[in-house]
Amino acid sequence: MLHEETGAALDRRTVLKASLLAGGGLALEALFPLPAAVAAASGEKSAVPAQLSAFVSVAPDGTVTIMSKNPEIGQGVKTSLPMMVADELDCDWSQVRIVQADVDQKLYGEQSAGGSTATPKNWLPMRQTGAAARAMLVQAAASRWHVNAGELTTSRGRILHAASGRTIGYGEVASQAASLTPPDPSTVQLKDPAQFTIIGRPLVGVDSAKIVHGEPIFGADTRLPGMLYAVYEVAPAHGGRLVRADIEAAKRAAGVKHVVPIFGNGDPDGGLADGVAIVASNWWLANQAREKLAIEWDLSAAKGHSSSVYRAKADQAIAAHAGTDLRLDGDPAASLAASARRITARYDYPFIAHAPMEPQNCTARYRDGRLEIWAPSQTPQRGLEALHKVFGIAPEAVTLHLRRAGGGFGRRLMNDYMVQVVAIAKAVPGVPIQLMWSREDDIRRDYYRPGGWHSFEAGIGANGELLAFSDHFVTFGDGKTPARAAAMNAAMPPAGLIPHLRYSQSMLPTVVTTGALRAPGSNALCFVSQSFLDEVALAAGTDLPRLMLTLLGERREIAAPAGGVPLETGRARDVIEKVVQTSDWARRAATGGRAKGFAFYFSHRGYFAEVVEASVAGAEVTVHKVWVAGDVGSQIVNPMGAENQVRGAVIDGLAQALAGQAIEFVDGVVQQSNLDNFPLARMPATPEIDIAWVRSDKPPTGLGEPALPPVIPALANAIYAASGRRVRSLPVRLQI
Amino acid sequence: MPYRLNINGHSREVDVPPEMPLLWVLRNELGLVGTKYGCGKGICGACTVHVDGTAQRSCQLPVGRLGQAKIHTIEHVGNTDVGARLQQAWLKIDVMQCGYCQAGQIMSACALLERVTQPSDPQINAAMVGNICRCGCYNRIRGAIRIAAGLEEESGRVA
Repeated sequence: MLHEETGAALDRRTVLKASLLAGGGLALEALFPLPAAVAAASGEKSAVPAQLSAFVSVAPDGTVTIMSKNPEIGQGVKTSLPMMVADELDCDWSQVRIVQADVDQKLYGEQSAGGSTATPKNWLPMRQTGAAARAMLVQAAASRWHVNAGELTTSRGRILHAASGRTIGYGEVASQAASLTPPDPSTVQLKDPAQFTIIGRPLVGVDSAKIVHGEPIFGADTRLPGMLYAVYEVAPAHGGRLVRADIEAAKRAAGVKHVVPIFGNGDPDGGLADGVAIVASNWWLANQAREKLAIEWDLSAAKGHSSSVYRAKADQAIAAHAGTDLRLDGDPAASLAASARRITARYDYPFIAHAPMEPQNCTARYRDGRLEIWAPSQTPQRGLEALHKVFGIAPEAVTLHLRRAGGGFGRRLMNDYMVQVVAIAKAVPGVPIQLMWSREDDIRRDYYRPGGWHSFEAGIGANGELLAFSDHFVTFGDGKTPARAAAMNAAMPPAGLIPHLRYSQSMLPTVVTTGALRAPGSNALCFVSQSFLDEVALAAGTDLPRLMLTLLGERREIAAPAGGVPLETGRARDVIEKVVQTSDWARRAATGGRAKGFAFYFSHRGYFAEVVEASVAGAEVTVHKVWVAGDVGSQIVNPMGAENQVRGAVIDGLAQALAGQAIEFVDGVVQQSNLDNFPLARMPATPEIDIAWVRSDKPPTGLGEPALPPVIPALANAIYAASGRRVRSLPVRLQI
Repeated sequence: MPYRLNINGHSREVDVPPEMPLLWVLRNELGLVGTKYGCGKGICGACTVHVDGTAQRSCQLPVGRLGQAKIHTIEHVGNTDVGARLQQAWLKIDVMQCGYCQAGQIMSACALLERVTQPSDPQINAAMVGNICRCGCYNRIRGAIRIAAGLEEESGRVA
């Protein structure tokens, strides 16, 4: 693709120049140039671009540079957000080059990757940004030609005056346009979607060519002249504190330059953990020297924080019916008592880790009171807040460069590694430090998807109708507030769809850090609720898609509590009916050992219904095919990336269930350590995945998360259909 | 210990302990950061390189045992016919999401196609089972290998 080649060529030139200046070391600043700096470094005076806004500049040759503001973690925003700008700008995609923006709230607004929010939050602002720049270019041409701007049209980076037959390229009027006052973005004319020329086209990711050639674009690839490598040894148990450290032997180890004990602030949530940093000329040497540390830790806070203890406490809470009501609709107790049939079941799921392929890392240099940071973070602006809170360093004193992240999945919503590297960099001023966690650090010090336990009861009427539903959820928290990402969703279906319903919650205290993992809340709640509703449907003599359609009823909006996003039952119906059709659900019963299971969920503004076809042989589960029907609005911005997000979510969910993923604790010490005992999906288990989009007339929404939740219960329900064995606990462990 | 290594067709000198894995020589001593660290135990395949033409986990290769073995990394693989075809196929159907594991994937795929020009799906699975893609790009990785092997034109079987 032309725009990639252009960008890469400029980058290579600037890097070459910079590396000559730095005596062989690579100056990374050159990889993050402002458009003008790029042009200057390329030595072509005529290429100096005119800046039309914080996001858009246009060079005299018509090359459009678009700043990509959000962190790229594999979800594809570095391509899809600039596509929105470029389409309304009405330029040709081959003219576009994309530059990752540094973190600057004043220039770019919110810069984050999380909650599948980039598309819904930026759909209008990014298009308006492009349209505003287009309006400035058109106005400049109108002034030059002494005609009314309304007489001009644009196409593929050129402005046309039909009446006179004149045309002019964007690049030729860019400098004039840049001197105009930008229009109010909310007033600019946007395209009719039928006129889109870039949005909706399957486009290759803007970094893809660099990736297949092994170019240095990830956080861990950051290289600076004189840079040293660091590891950070923390307490073996969650909640542990540093008492004293004997660092002399480690200091004498090969390659080691500095050993720094660091007393943190004891706040695991956005704070600084106690630890000992080892800084060496080579990361492997730093990591090897950890063996030579003799550290005394205070692990008393972690005592009793064991998986077996949590389980026993959850059992007690459920037996005691000790929950606090979160939602009480009608009179579920009376309705249950009056039911023709009552069904009860308990479900649970474990803590799991994010384990992105690129372990946590961050690079920083502290010099003369100023910080420069290169971070693969999903929430860099929150990282700046954390640095202010922990070190008192004002955000204005920090230059924060965003680097491509080797996966996020919610792990990099937390900035613990950023705070740690700054603590180390402050101890070794002037020296660039790259902190890299080992995989073991990454598995043991995650903000885990918290485990949970659910006790369900449903009442079925004489005619097979669902009358009443209750769920007592045992989760983690201090008794008042649930731990991060451990809260119940009071809108979980069938809430709002039946008259008598009770959701209650109990909390267990924990020293373990928890956090959002891809489709937080939903990834677990969908498994338990859609699996239990499958049991209910079968007991009522129907099947889950039919039960869901009955519950959803006519097309309407079901309000969510606490300002949540309402459920549009019509959109839910449409994806359910679609997947019933694409998967040939009518022929779902076991044939040749294969059977199908279904599930639906609404999360992160996306509607997804999925069918899994699986077979069971002994304890072995094989997934043959998965059908997905999804509605994320009127427009798939980049189908190339969108389908990848769905496939990835399906494969991720299947691995959560089937690969054996569980994080367990003994006195706060994580028992898993690496990708052998915390396994991820591998190629041979990958099924065929069929994706069908349902286009509603709603604005487009995000795809990083909502395709994941339904696949797990769809699998569990398929296992039941194929083998008669009901999966009520994750990961799936069938007895032979 | 000083070592003279044969990397990507060039002789490179490093002075490191003999136990240091090749991965950290590449990444920290020679600036060849295309080869990635994922697990350090040969489980994930992100650090895959070619040693005398075979796919090996560079995190498990002590530099002292390499001798004059010919080492090729992702930075070099595009100079080979098969490597270049794989890179083109990867871009044709945009295999990647985060992209961090893809260097290792391409190196394993390249070693496979050098050995078996038209692999079956089970052969592809067997050759690629050691390479984890946390984003789950496996359908497209398989599809891109088939395209590079001339087994299909476009993206017919990437589902």
